[in-house]
Amino acid sequence: MITVGTSLPEKVLYLDRAMLKAYADASGDQNPIHQNEEFAISVGLPNVIAHGMLTMALVGKYVTDWSGGTGTVKEFGARFIKPVIVPAGEKVDLTINATITEVNGDEIKLDLVATSAGVKVLGMAKAVVIKND
Amino acid sequence: MLAPDSVGRTFAGADSISITQSEIDAFAAVIGETDTSIAPPTFTIRISLDQFQNILTKPEIGLDWSRLVHGDQKFEIFSPIKAGDALSCSATIESYRVAAGNEIVSVRSDLHRGAELVVSSWSTLVVRA
Repeated sequence: MITVGTSLPEKVLYLDRAMLKAYADASGDQNPIHQNEEFAISVGLPNVIAHGMLTMALVGKYVTDWSGGTGTVKEFGARFIKPVIVPAGEKVDLTINATITEVNGDEIKLDLVATSAGVKVLGMAKAVVIKND
Repeated sequence: MLAPDSVGRTFAGADSISITQSEIDAFAAVIGETDTSIAPPTFTIRISLDQFQNILTKPEIGLDWSRLVHGDQKFEIFSPIKAGDALSCSATIESYRVAAGNEIVSVRSDLHRGAELVVSSWSTLVVRA
């Protein structure tokens, strides 16, 4: 049912260093904080961190899986409030939830929640989609 | 420190950018998207961030890209991007402030396919103290 207040099914997926490298190559963002532990620590980070835009891309995939296709997104925004920390040799979770907050004709607005290791990583994360049945 | 007179300026991209299927395929593969007939919603960040870097690091603008982190991001998608699209990108420096020594720059990117505005996006970029 598409009604205000409805929660979408939770999805848990996993990030590792290989995914960060693949995203760096696909996006052109080769900032070493996403690949090089020594560099990341030298600039005050706890370890290598995922690109905020990788997290957002993965949340976007969650949204379009529900809404029925890559072309269904009208608006999509988020704040990067905490990093997703990706130590070498580990897989870290990205846990995604959503709630329907508005229904205007065929436009549906979602509030999105993304956490990693129990920490909320995105703030004010929202999307507006046209749902395909 | 950003040059004060740069706020409010809009910079046109030099050339049109051709979107290839292989670029879309590579981006989609990372997130597990199998339908590559349309680019994923955040795909255009690669174009916008590249242009922001080109503009903001010009000597007369003066942002230090090496200490930059991404604060927030928003997209409005009017028409999805597909392989074969030729896009022009203009970027506008919308605001600039300094808070606790951090420089906070808000920039907007407008992507056009011919005369049609297809994606607008807003990025807040933070140069850490």
